[in-house]
Amino acid sequence: MSALAAGGTPASDPIVNTVVFALFVAITLYVVYRAGSRSSSTSDYYAAGSAFTGRQNGIALSGDFLSAASFLGIAGAIAVHGYDGFLYSIGFLVAWLVDLLLIAELTRNTGRFTMGDVISFRMKQRPVRAAAATSTLVISFFYMLAQMAGAGGLVALLLDIHTRLGQALVIGVVGLVMVLYVLVGGMKGTTWVQIIKAGVLMLAVVLIAVFLFGKYGFSFSNLLSAATEKSPLGEHLLEPGGSYGKDNTTKLDFVSLALALVLGLSSLPHLLMRFYTVPNSLEARRSVVWATVCMLVFYACTLVIGFGAAALVGADEIKGAPGGENSAAPLLALHIGGTLLLGVIAAVAFATILAVVAGLTITASASFAHDVYANIFKRGKAEPADEVRVARLTAIVVGVLAIAGGVLANGQNVAFLVALAFAVAASANLSTMLYSLFWKRFNTTGTLWGMYGGLIACLLLVLFSPVVSGAPDAIFKGLDFAWFPLKNPGLVSIPFSFLCGFAGTLVGRSKADPEKQAEMEVRSMTGIGS
Amino acid sequence: MYDVARPAPGNALEETGRIPALPPGDHHPAGVQHRRPAARTGPDYAAIQASPEFVSLRRRFRGFVFPMSFAFFAWYMTYVLLAAYAHDFMSRKVFGQVNVAILFGLGQFASTALVTWLYLRYARRRLDPRVAQLRARAGLPEEQRR
Repeated sequence: MSALAAGGTPASDPIVNTVVFALFVAITLYVVYRAGSRSSSTSDYYAAGSAFTGRQNGIALSGDFLSAASFLGIAGAIAVHGYDGFLYSIGFLVAWLVDLLLIAELTRNTGRFTMGDVISFRMKQRPVRAAAATSTLVISFFYMLAQMAGAGGLVALLLDIHTRLGQALVIGVVGLVMVLYVLVGGMKGTTWVQIIKAGVLMLAVVLIAVFLFGKYGFSFSNLLSAATEKSPLGEHLLEPGGSYGKDNTTKLDFVSLALALVLGLSSLPHLLMRFYTVPNSLEARRSVVWATVCMLVFYACTLVIGFGAAALVGADEIKGAPGGENSAAPLLALHIGGTLLLGVIAAVAFATILAVVAGLTITASASFAHDVYANIFKRGKAEPADEVRVARLTAIVVGVLAIAGGVLANGQNVAFLVALAFAVAASANLSTMLYSLFWKRFNTTGTLWGMYGGLIACLLLVLFSPVVSGAPDAIFKGLDFAWFPLKNPGLVSIPFSFLCGFAGTLVGRSKADPEKQAEMEVRSMTGIGS
Repeated sequence: MYDVARPAPGNALEETGRIPALPPGDHHPAGVQHRRPAARTGPDYAAIQASPEFVSLRRRFRGFVFPMSFAFFAWYMTYVLLAAYAHDFMSRKVFGQVNVAILFGLGQFASTALVTWLYLRYARRRLDPRVAQLRARAGLPEEQRR
């Protein structure tokens, strides 16, 4: 916290931060314990018995979606880069329309627990489920790694722990609590964690935003003037191009990112799985609407918070603090509310990581147990109790992997993994889901080509992009084997997966099964049989 | 437990582990009963799919969501492309410190809210009653709002 002390502001108090965070963990663990069912039915573990209402699930959806990256990251990006940070939040917001119109209700009616249920509904079960599980596990792993690595930086900022061993220990504790949530609470407990976290997060950002707004006489224009006066970017803070406007490659990169954000969200497996916690498609629709409302409020607030941080804290102090851009919101909290508010924000940020990782863990474990174990190994004849036991074991394994990955990736620049997870979701999952729901002729070959084509294209393009080699901030700085100029593969990989799905369908010998197609179409539209 | 009426023991998702491969050229829609005993316990999906009510539901659903998806996607991409390539236009001041870029951004907020509201209204008026009708005919209770 030396940067803070130098700035003449009171330094953060790690004890307050820890106490608030411990309080959050204690309350959520108690709720999880109370809510958790000790029954071993698959429906209870994966889908909380489908007993949540649309409103509860909508708030949980926003909790599942709002990672630390989108809370701290976007506020920080707005404070430092100005308008270009705001562009992110618009992609994340508009993306919910894809969910509302094309995905949520239809997948709720079609599947039972996982994305694999929907995609494999009228296809050959085992290969398609294997593909769906692969993409689910890859996406969850990337997303989780980014969260856990971010936790390390956050620890440095909030708890004043700077040794690698200390940070590793905290990452371990975060992982342990998260596994406990999943093991004890199943989907029901995890959902309540999301609801509590989303509630606290929304409350915090709304209060700070209203306070800031009041400080500038409830005039958005005044807030903007104050921000431009303090920012080194000056007037350019309010104009697009602050971080992507350098040359044609960065502009194209931005378009590619924007495409992945808007198309990827609706096919993130941990969000799709949330729709099975409500009883029917009407409630799924209400879930999306509630989530959209939460996002509208949240991103409007981060806009105010970001420009407020630019005005009150200043870009130089933010960049100088440990955690860099991510420290904008915590520093702002410190400036306006002292150590207690900082403690609250810090705890919220931690809770955010915890909850998102728990959501990812249960999704990965469900996908492995339901798609791989029950339907591929046991060919759909697994005992529910065994399936749940496998899911719980998988959750532990995933937790250990997440902790190990988080410790290893600590300090690495892995923020691109979130964007990559969106790109993989948009490339591998969205194309196949849309074809499967809306295109009669779509068949098993098309599904496999679309999923693997999109997935492999994404991974290869990133491997040969400036993210991995040949750039000053690349993972392997000394090497240069990059030939793909963009950091975000979406612009190429998304159309490519649609093309693969189309070509595979025409080439494939396996004809679409008209009976299953009729069943899927009727079921997705009306819920008959679901 | 899962949802309203689930067609008897075998759920469709579980029995599809062994898709009965129809021999090529073996087209007999009515004669599949003996091949697929479990599926017979459920509703006759092919008949529902072919019914004029379902066809009309599907037409109304797709007639709304496809153009609407296209519209909001086109508007979003226009905005993204403007932000990436039309800096001068986006930087034009409208009032105070507020410029075109910020207005367009907030416009995306507004359009998202608008599309959500339009879909909710359309679904309540044009889709839900038709779904309820089809469900009633299949002998299922109406989906309850809670």
